Amino acid sequence: MDLSTTYMGLKLKNPIIVGASPLTASFESIKRLEEAGAAAIVLHSIFEEQINHETHELDYFLFKGSEDYAEALGYFPEVTLSNIESESYLDEITKLKENISIPVIASLNGVSKGGWINYAKKLQAAGVDAIELNITYIPTDIDVDAREVEMLYIDALKAVKENVSIPVSVKMNAVFSAPAQMAKKLVEAGAEGLVLFDRPVHVDIDLENLNSLQVINPSNSNDLSETLRWSAILYKKLDVSLCASTGVKTHEDILKAIMSGADAVQMVGALLEHGPEYIEIVLHHLLAWMQEKEYVSIQQMKGSISLHHTSNPAAYQRANYMRILTDYRY
Amino acid sequence: MKKSHLTIDGNEAVARVAHKINEVIAIYPITPSSPMAELSDIYSTKGEKNIFGTVPDIMEMQSEGGASGAIHGSLQTGALTTTFTSSQGLLLMIPNMYKIAGELTPAVFHVAARSLAAQALSIFGDHSDVMSVRQTGFALYSSNSVQEAHDAALIAQAASLKSRIPFLHFFDGFRTSHEINKIKLIDEDVMTKMIDEDLVFAHRSRALSSDNPVIRGTSQNPDVYFQGRESVNNYYSALPEILQETMDKFATLTGRAYKIFDYVGASDAERIIILMGSGAETAHESVDYFTAQGEKVGMIKVRLYRPFSTEHLLEALPKTTKSIAVLDRTKEVGAGEPLYLDVVSALNELREYDKLGFDMPKIIGGRYGLSSKEFTPSMIKAVFDELSKPSPKNHFTIGIHDDLSNTSLEWDKSYSISDDKTFRGVFFGLGSDGTVGANKNSIKIIGEETDNYAQGYFVYDSNKSGSMTTSHLRFGPKPIQSSYLIEKANFIACHQSVFLEKFDILKLADKGAIFLLNSPFSKDIVFSKLPRQVQEEIIEKKLKFYVIDAATVAKKSGMGRRINTVMQTCFFAISGILPREEAIAKIKGSIQKSYGNKGQQIVDMNNKAVDNTLENLFEVKVPTEAKSNLKMSPLVKGDFDDFVKNITAKIIAGEGDDIPVSAMPDDGTWPTGTTQYQKRNIALEVPVWDSETCIQCNKCVIVCPHAAIRSKVVDENILSDAPGIFSYVKAKGKTFEPQEQFTIQVAVEDCTGCSLCVEVCPAKNKSQSNLKAINMMPQEGVHDDGVINWDYFTKLPAYDRNKLDHAKSKESQFLEPMFEFSGACPGCGETPYVKLASQLFGDRMVIANATGCSSIYGGNLPTTPWRKNDEGRGPAWSNSLFEDNAEFGLGFRLAIDKHTHNAREILAEMREEIGAKLVDSILNSAQENEPEIFEQRARVEELKKALKSIESKDSQRLANLSDYLVKKSVWMMGGDGWAYDIGYGGLDHVLASGKNVNILVLDTQVYSNTGGQQSKATMTGAVAKFAAGGKAQTPKDLAMMAIAYGNVYVAKIAMGANDAQTVKAFVEAEKYDGPSIIIAYSHCVAHGYDLRYGMDHQKLAVDSGLWPIFRYNPDLKAEGKNPMQLDYKGPKIDVKNFMYQETRFKMVEKLNMDNAKEYLETAREHAKNQYKRYKNIEEISARPEGAI
Repeated sequence: MDLSTTYMGLKLKNPIIVGASPLTASFESIKRLEEAGAAAIVLHSIFEEQINHETHELDYFLFKGSEDYAEALGYFPEVTLSNIESESYLDEITKLKENISIPVIASLNGVSKGGWINYAKKLQAAGVDAIELNITYIPTDIDVDAREVEMLYIDALKAVKENVSIPVSVKMNAVFSAPAQMAKKLVEAGAEGLVLFDRPVHVDIDLENLNSLQVINPSNSNDLSETLRWSAILYKKLDVSLCASTGVKTHEDILKAIMSGADAVQMVGALLEHGPEYIEIVLHHLLAWMQEKEYVSIQQMKGSISLHHTSNPAAYQRANYMRILTDYRY
Repeated sequence: MKKSHLTIDGNEAVARVAHKINEVIAIYPITPSSPMAELSDIYSTKGEKNIFGTVPDIMEMQSEGGASGAIHGSLQTGALTTTFTSSQGLLLMIPNMYKIAGELTPAVFHVAARSLAAQALSIFGDHSDVMSVRQTGFALYSSNSVQEAHDAALIAQAASLKSRIPFLHFFDGFRTSHEINKIKLIDEDVMTKMIDEDLVFAHRSRALSSDNPVIRGTSQNPDVYFQGRESVNNYYSALPEILQETMDKFATLTGRAYKIFDYVGASDAERIIILMGSGAETAHESVDYFTAQGEKVGMIKVRLYRPFSTEHLLEALPKTTKSIAVLDRTKEVGAGEPLYLDVVSALNELREYDKLGFDMPKIIGGRYGLSSKEFTPSMIKAVFDELSKPSPKNHFTIGIHDDLSNTSLEWDKSYSISDDKTFRGVFFGLGSDGTVGANKNSIKIIGEETDNYAQGYFVYDSNKSGSMTTSHLRFGPKPIQSSYLIEKANFIACHQSVFLEKFDILKLADKGAIFLLNSPFSKDIVFSKLPRQVQEEIIEKKLKFYVIDAATVAKKSGMGRRINTVMQTCFFAISGILPREEAIAKIKGSIQKSYGNKGQQIVDMNNKAVDNTLENLFEVKVPTEAKSNLKMSPLVKGDFDDFVKNITAKIIAGEGDDIPVSAMPDDGTWPTGTTQYQKRNIALEVPVWDSETCIQCNKCVIVCPHAAIRSKVVDENILSDAPGIFSYVKAKGKTFEPQEQFTIQVAVEDCTGCSLCVEVCPAKNKSQSNLKAINMMPQEGVHDDGVINWDYFTKLPAYDRNKLDHAKSKESQFLEPMFEFSGACPGCGETPYVKLASQLFGDRMVIANATGCSSIYGGNLPTTPWRKNDEGRGPAWSNSLFEDNAEFGLGFRLAIDKHTHNAREILAEMREEIGAKLVDSILNSAQENEPEIFEQRARVEELKKALKSIESKDSQRLANLSDYLVKKSVWMMGGDGWAYDIGYGGLDHVLASGKNVNILVLDTQVYSNTGGQQSKATMTGAVAKFAAGGKAQTPKDLAMMAIAYGNVYVAKIAMGANDAQTVKAFVEAEKYDGPSIIIAYSHCVAHGYDLRYGMDHQKLAVDSGLWPIFRYNPDLKAEGKNPMQLDYKGPKIDVKNFMYQETRFKMVEKLNMDNAKEYLETAREHAKNQYKRYKNIEEISARPEGAI
């Protein structure tokens, strides 16, 4: 049985990539994921804004209160700082690469061009196999139109592509007006992979403290719908690797994703819930299913129920349920 | 390539050498010497090796006394050992100094000389401290400038090794220790040549070693002690020559020649001034100027003061000398000053033994420059002029106006010898705007990247919030010796336009000077916005006037309120010191150097600011006429007395130098309650109360560090005359009557804008959840109404104290604070506790305050925050020392108890005369709560009346002591540096005394006042000075140590975590008839985050388990209850969620990732173990007394 697949030119032993999450934040946990059978990992994200913020914060607080009073001309020792721009994170990647054999994909999270280029280069130098860009931009300005938002994505991607030679994927947002065309533009701008989709942190209101807040709300298999739709639609339409990323919880979800046209899947929620070893169970079930149904490889089923190959294209194409009484042909 | 020149301050100049030639450095922070220790710690943390190829070990001790002990031990076991200290620190070293000298041990102590605490403490420079150790047997070596201090650090060490006599190398605190000057660096090769390693081996061979055992430190008896003391004489008589030879060797290696007495002046000089320290540089400069004009004058710089070499003095003195003025930078009350006496005695001896060789000159002595008082060429001229008189004044003073004992010499304040070739710039900035940092940077650029010499000196005011800084910068082709402030400037920069309305900024401007102003107004209207006086000065002095809106430029460049780079760029662009393009390139180069390690973004941000500046800097066309109606704003307001008018207001206005001796309190006693008159108006935004949203919890009031936000409840009838803009609402709560009204008001002119009140407010506006019941608004818009409201509010009566439950957080805040508007930092975490104590017990408090932040914001002139209530009662406050505060406070208790006891004895004896009923009721009053105390006060008033009609000695005595029949509350306050470290021995003793005292430890977990050095309270993983890589150990558990006594009330509190517990702890501690200690978590600017979130961080600290809160009340044992009450439930959140919100912890990640992880793990374990330990105590304490 051949579970292998190719994602952005990377040979994967099976379709399970562990997505950017706390699970991929420590060496010990990554080691466990590898042992459990993960085919690749996406490292926990570097948040561009966070690094910028921390840099400015540190500069500000080391300055604050200094030269204010004759007895206390500063409140911190004048030490030489290092690791200002997450250099230790890069060191960890290098160490990690030496100790595991599966591909390592770095995740960059942010919106501006400047930060991307800087970190993308450093990540490549540190030895990552690919970069996943997570461009989450919420256009709150009512004067910003869709084209400007799209250009932001394209520009960021181009800026990275011009500066690295390793494959780059974009974790897409599901709420574009024309996702397919957006996907096309991204591919034209150089994306080797599209990750479907980013799942923004949920918003809630805290009635106790009368405040708005962000909450982590893990996906479930029901969330797989949009992923299936768009991987089915994009399959073979663009020369790009597709990765299903929201709502992949079980071996069945993996099968569905592959059949819709994905080359690989990203799992997070189920592993957070059940632990890294859950990968083994999923792989076990996957194999069992394939054996029972007499599939010989993942490759064989890839895109088998995509928009082109499905017997019910309307399922992908129609937004509303339509009862089709009869099947007829002219 | 290594640089041959550096532009650095005196402390760095010394530390760079001392670290290179020592093996062990034992330190303790004290201003102004602390930077030497801090730098040494940083060098060692970085792994910098000394000339012997090893990294020196740095050990912070618990006090200077401890440091000197460690040094003595280290020297005795053969290591090259040094320390750095000043003032009181040096005094604490005296016992060991005798020992070290008595044992002929080579070592050098580097001292930034500073005033001693007498009628008051002063952190500034003079020779009071070093003169107090002249008898110890140490050689005293004075260096007079930054270059000399650098050189002397090496010369002293070499001479000490050779002579076996320990050296005290001193230089003037602040004037030299903090002056930045361009110096030639000593090459390491020179150090190696100067330090004879055979002598190092000899030192080591004398070490105590079990391989070659001897004993030292014996006890000697009448038969031999005397002879033993005399056995060292030859070492001392050899020393002057050894030092001179060492100086000469240094001169051949470096070209810089020194003499132990250095003469400067005309070869046929008749009038001579002798002095030492930085003043000698000014004297040197002045003498050069006078002799160029043909004056027959000269001066002698004393470098080796002890042992005092008469022969070398004679050698230096011109044979033509007719009169000598010896200047001492110290005061020896009731006798002549030491240097003067030494010179007199030396010349007399020479004359007596016919060795003088010329007629005995007239010798007079004078005092100058105490506590960094200015010492200028004009004053030197006055001294020379005095020497010309047939009968010059002896024991004179220069630099002050002494109208009391008429010691002072007059001098011409307009006299100046400054030359045209030296650029003289004065910059006025706000502490927080980066002005000083920018100027330090400019000095480095000019000093290190051009052929110019450069000097910088910085003056700070006495507040920790919104303080004004004045930078004095000189640049020129000649080395700069002027060790005094600039008197005539050719460049004045005012970095905050509001200063123009408060101070005469242009007073120092020379004719035709450049004036740079940061103002929000454009070049076309800025002139019209200036006060009339400023306009007139600009026109009259023909100033070239430039303006920039630095705040806007900085903001646009991403710099926030930091205008340092913007103003620095302006300076270079218009001062003409360097060609503009070159200057800009150099600024950018320096930005890369300064900020490179903080990340490219910070570099880019600063570079952007440079570019934006040049586009926004404009010259202002100055009109020919001043037309402004704007007047300077008054610095003091209110209904104050003559003392405030004649003394306090003058100091505030920067005219303290003009106050004559007769006007000064002679015993250090000052009136309280004067901060209320100093309206500082430093907040850009102030809180505004929304009465409708308010839930009347008073949390904003309790957290306000400056007592600038207060609440009152008053009867509605009283409010009938309230201004229309005055808000109030019906008071909530069962305590209040239906007609009573609640109001919250803000002292907008006293608020520092910290926003703690807004953050702590739990109420939210129902229609806009981002608004609370207290919201920050720009001060401008609310100032005028705010002033009217505050004025009205302060006149409203306070609520009856006896109707309030003081142990309830909310109700405690209706009590009048007797600590207000201090100079503490905005958002200070200490002052809310101090203020709370004053609210609860102010009318009967006597406070002993350890030196530190609380003694500075509590007692630094010009104004005092401690105040009285309407009856004239209030806290009486004093600061003794840093190390003895617990003992000092215990002394209060002993005296008060004695007075009370004595009064009760007499009262009992006079029972019949006075009346049994009154006497019995006084003697039997328990005074356990405030109503009882009030009743007792009334009875004592009655007693006083009764005594008036009884004429007897006893009656007089009792009248004198009767106030002591009312309970007095004795408090000792101070920081963790005092309680955990330097004062712990005394504190422990006081805890063990069983006496009824209250100790408040304001625990910021660092020595805050001296700039954040680690203490034993510093938490694991925190970066602090002396723990530059983060502290690895867990903090000392002071509370646990106090609990161990069993009869001590102990509370550990954090207002931000539980204000109710905080208030209860204060009330219980005070009520407990025995020793009480409250350890209060105090957030601090040294923690590195926006202090508006201070209270949130306190909660995080408690929730993480790193700051347990609890109360241990021995009174509860008697009631059969568990004395131990844990007020927290163990670690609720991970320590990281607390620690990594603060720069002090988080920056470890930017230093060493492995350490960061390890510290987190240690802290995590500590939080758990600590909870386990306290839980254990709670369980054990629940068992009946005696049970095991």
